[in-house]
Amino acid sequence: MARMKFLCDADRCIECQACVTACKNEHEVPWGINRRRVVTINDGLPGERSVSMACMHCTDAPCATVCPVNCFYTTDDAVVLHNKDTCIGCGYCSYACPFGAPQFPQTANFGTRGKMDKCTYCSGGPEPDLSAAEYQKYGANRLAEGKLPLCAEMCSTKALLAGDGDIIAEIYRERVVTRGYGSGAWGWRTAYGDTIAV
Amino acid sequence: MKNLISRLALGLAGAAAFAPVALAQVNPTASSVQEEALMRALQSGQTVTGRITIPDASASVLIDPGGRDWAVLHSGTLQWLSIIAVVGTVLLLALFYLMRGRIRIDSGFSGRKILRFNAIERFAHWLLASTFIVLALTGLNLILGRSVLLPIVGEGAFGTLTAWGKVAHNYLAWPFMAALVLVFVLWVVHNIPGRVDWEWIRQGGGLFSKGVHPPARKFNAGQKLIFWSVIIGGALMSWTGIMLLFPGEVGTAADWQFYQVIHAVVAAVMSALILAHIYIGSIGMEGAFDAMGSGEVDENWAKEHHSLWVEEVKGRSAPAEGRGASATPAE
Repeated sequence: MARMKFLCDADRCIECQACVTACKNEHEVPWGINRRRVVTINDGLPGERSVSMACMHCTDAPCATVCPVNCFYTTDDAVVLHNKDTCIGCGYCSYACPFGAPQFPQTANFGTRGKMDKCTYCSGGPEPDLSAAEYQKYGANRLAEGKLPLCAEMCSTKALLAGDGDIIAEIYRERVVTRGYGSGAWGWRTAYGDTIAV
Repeated sequence: MKNLISRLALGLAGAAAFAPVALAQVNPTASSVQEEALMRALQSGQTVTGRITIPDASASVLIDPGGRDWAVLHSGTLQWLSIIAVVGTVLLLALFYLMRGRIRIDSGFSGRKILRFNAIERFAHWLLASTFIVLALTGLNLILGRSVLLPIVGEGAFGTLTAWGKVAHNYLAWPFMAALVLVFVLWVVHNIPGRVDWEWIRQGGGLFSKGVHPPARKFNAGQKLIFWSVIIGGALMSWTGIMLLFPGEVGTAADWQFYQVIHAVVAAVMSALILAHIYIGSIGMEGAFDAMGSGEVDENWAKEHHSLWVEEVKGRSAPAEGRGASATPAE
């Protein structure tokens, strides 16, 4: 089985926000929920870089560690998913997440927290694959259709890579060697415990 | 025409002169921000943060490695602290019961009753007590339920139960806070530490030896300790709890982690204290429960455990026989 990962090649990202839009459209994500976002580091300074960030589907995911109801699970493709029927919207996953991935709809009492929503790596949830219930709760299941996450698939500069960790790391390594520079595999050390050595 | 050529020449010369500098400025290799360098420069509690185009300001945090540290703290240390606080206290109390047994009224029941806590005092106490018990159990479920209750009842039932527990926790926090204020207002005057408390502490409150009864006013030093622990602990729980109820008001993940840790630690300490309080107020001591049950305690119990308070009550009610004893003694 593949070990699915995201990798944003910040030297290619042009901050067009198309990945954000594609994600919202593909999964019909409600207002105020941002499964993916683009953050610009050193904005306006020489050498600024933009990074598209979503759930990194961590190894030994901290959200799963702290969840009081144990609603997280890791698929055979190493994608971190959660069960919205079990989730109580306590927000602990968002305290633990290094990437700000968990999102909460503003439907519950006392401010903010309904059931948590986050990037599913376009692979749905615990409901049967491609069922209406799965789409309604978690959005599209492109992995079940043999496709990769839409954000990476339609990235115009191929900055955002999705796929097996070894393969996308190799692609990134080749790019860095060829062009002679690279700002790094953003978030990899925090998410997976190691970064890409070039 | 000549003018144009000279201008062009000047422009070209200018471009040639400035070109190397301009190239160096846009060279992406030389000046690009590096992920590894940023991560290495991070101090504990710091994040890699940039600019975001959506209104949610907290989304501008790109990487916050502190989340993993909190996850380890929460799922390791804090869980063990909660287990030790609850199980350890129960074991200690069981041991105390085996060694000391039930603390009896040495001179037996007199049959005469003294009003110790009036209806308002009892209402405040039981409002605080009942909400605390629900808050403590639902809170304990949040930190330990996953490893204790979930394997027994299954994920679906546990999820439903915990969701209701969260609702109860969120709503009952408010009557708890109201009762906390009420209890503080009612009893603070009786809980100012005094000289008599030193004697009580020196004798261990008479808890560990039969027939020893150090003098005490309405509240002895042990009860004062409980009072101030509940007031200070309850205030800390209320403050951190409100911050956790309204996460949008606090801001960053580091703040939420900070409040959650304080909330959990204080909750563990208070659970241990309240377990001891429940023990001594029920099975641990004969005649003690009446104080909060009917509100009237046996005179002999009162003389043994709160001798100075009995004198105060008697001294005041004696000239005004028939009006009934007041629950609030003169200081």
